[in-house]
Amino acid sequence: MNRDINKLKEIAVEVRKNIIKMLTESQSGHPGGSLSAVEILTSLYFSEMKVDPNNPKWEDRDRFILSKGHAAPVLYAVLAEKGFFDKSELMTLRKIDSNLQGHPSIKNTPGVDMSTGSLGQGLSVANGMALAGKLDNKDYRVYILLGDGELEEGQVWEAAMTAAHYKLDNVTAFVDFNGLQIDGPCTQVMNVTPIADKFRAFGWNVIEIDGHDYNQIFDAIDKAKSTKGMPTMIVAKTVKGKGVSFMENQVGWHGTAPSKEQCEQALQELGGAING
Amino acid sequence: MANLATREAYGKVLVELGKENKNIVVLDADLSKSTKTADFAKAFPERFFNVGIAEADLIGTAAGLSTCGKIPFASTFAMFAAGRAFEQIRNSVCYPKLNVKIAATHAGLTVGEDGASHQSVEDIAIMRSIPNMTVICPADDVETMAAVKAASEYYGPVYIRLGRSSVPTINDRPEYKFEIGKAVLLKEGKDVSIFATGIMVSEALKAAEELQKEGIDAEVINIHTIKPIDEEAVVNSVKKTKAAVTCEEHNIIGGLGSAVCEVLSEKCPAVVKRVGIKDTFGESGKPAELLKKYGLTKDEIIKAAKEAVAAK
Ligand SMILES: Cc1ncc(C[n+]2csc(CCOP(=O)(O)OP(=O)(O)O)c2C)c(N)n1
Ligand SMILES: [Mg+2]
Repeated sequence: MNRDINKLKEIAVEVRKNIIKMLTESQSGHPGGSLSAVEILTSLYFSEMKVDPNNPKWEDRDRFILSKGHAAPVLYAVLAEKGFFDKSELMTLRKIDSNLQGHPSIKNTPGVDMSTGSLGQGLSVANGMALAGKLDNKDYRVYILLGDGELEEGQVWEAAMTAAHYKLDNVTAFVDFNGLQIDGPCTQVMNVTPIADKFRAFGWNVIEIDGHDYNQIFDAIDKAKSTKGMPTMIVAKTVKGKGVSFMENQVGWHGTAPSKEQCEQALQELGGAING
Repeated sequence: MANLATREAYGKVLVELGKENKNIVVLDADLSKSTKTADFAKAFPERFFNVGIAEADLIGTAAGLSTCGKIPFASTFAMFAAGRAFEQIRNSVCYPKLNVKIAATHAGLTVGEDGASHQSVEDIAIMRSIPNMTVICPADDVETMAAVKAASEYYGPVYIRLGRSSVPTINDRPEYKFEIGKAVLLKEGKDVSIFATGIMVSEALKAAEELQKEGIDAEVINIHTIKPIDEEAVVNSVKKTKAAVTCEEHNIIGGLGSAVCEVLSEKCPAVVKRVGIKDTFGESGKPAELLKKYGLTKDEIIKAAKEAVAAK
């Protein structure tokens, strides 16, 4: 598939702008963890995953689960960009009667592979999809994005054991390692580090990368695909709020929508970020 | 009339109680700013424990603390307390009858924009079905403060259901008294008994006012304690009115409506109309829009009251 990194960078700018616009319009939602995951989601949807916007339930498609469901804006912006639904719908985010629920809903939005929002549940579901793929001799792959704070949920570690136990090499997980959760830095609220060592001990193939560097993301995905007999965890170091100076690494921007003025400033900064 | 979310009142009263009683400890699961336990964390950092995003661990840790004489208040959103940690609450708190208080915020539809994944419409039902559990759903800030204080003085598991959005203060009067398990008569009437809990109590009062103008004399009773429910208050009122309406920001299955029906069917069979969420999930939207769309308004209560009266 096409791995034109300049093109991806253009898409990423568009996605980031749409995240900001959506959240400003809804005056509710989660910018920080949406912005930190832009490169991961754009890599997957525009250069890796076999998906068909005209046939969102295609049986042989690759699957993606946004386990950290509060980052719905980045998923919606990417799905719209990919053509799963009209971009004009983005402005209905979180409004009554909208297809774009506050957290991803399989029943409402074309392209959403699993309803999420309650943290910690996604990896188990990914394992289920991967087991079904093996049973049916299908070669689709299952991708999932978890938050670093989300790793504090016990179910994640139950699922981590399951994935290794059943040798689910068709599962590729990403951790959005942005270092922040709601009540503060993860290391202060409840230390989740060392993440890579933990997953290694759980029998995973672990790759550590810069989650904003497309080359490193593709490299990791390729390694995951060629690794047999074990699932892969890509620990992607990211910046929460990436791309908007006043949001970067600020815990307060986890779940706060920007004002109109802040929106203007953010869009201006993003406008010039293509070569950043 | 003041307007305050019950979670705000919870944050305030916790700090007051913390000053009076050194055994009170508070736990949260990475939502302390939203649940308002952050107020306590600031005042008594050594008695506050944030377990991270780990609700099962939250409840188990609280259980352990309580076995050593502490009075833990554990908080997160109702969805994750009653939902994720149900079995820890059942087996590690209620079965051994430990002195754990679960103050769950962001209950019901008025969570708003976060949508159905965060809107617990079933927590009263599941908490109410556990032996040894007490379930309280305060109507406003005054009642929240009184309920939290009463829970701290009572020995045993308590689930306190709190909301995200502001609600009008209705209990700010000198004669107001809170007692676990004791319903509060807010307006006497003879034609129909309206039993309400939580944020629906103020709507019930508004409905009764309008019904009065139309010649229907409704009695309004605030059932802040859904378990143990005040059977005497329910039965005595319906003996007089012969018709009942229940109002709750919860599924009509398993909550206040069911609790009232359980009492009446055995002790005083009567027509009961349940105002609540009609066995469906919510969605994203502004709290007021959601209450309207899902039939949790004074107009729905008026309609139900008229139907109940007509069916007598
Ligand atoms: C089970 C559960 N508990 C609590 C929450 C509330 N919550 C939403 S986001 C969040 C913090 C997530 O932090 P992290 O996983 O690091 O996400 P990111 O930094 O990428 O936004 C919490 C506690 C939830 N959605 N689900
Ligand atoms: Mg994080």
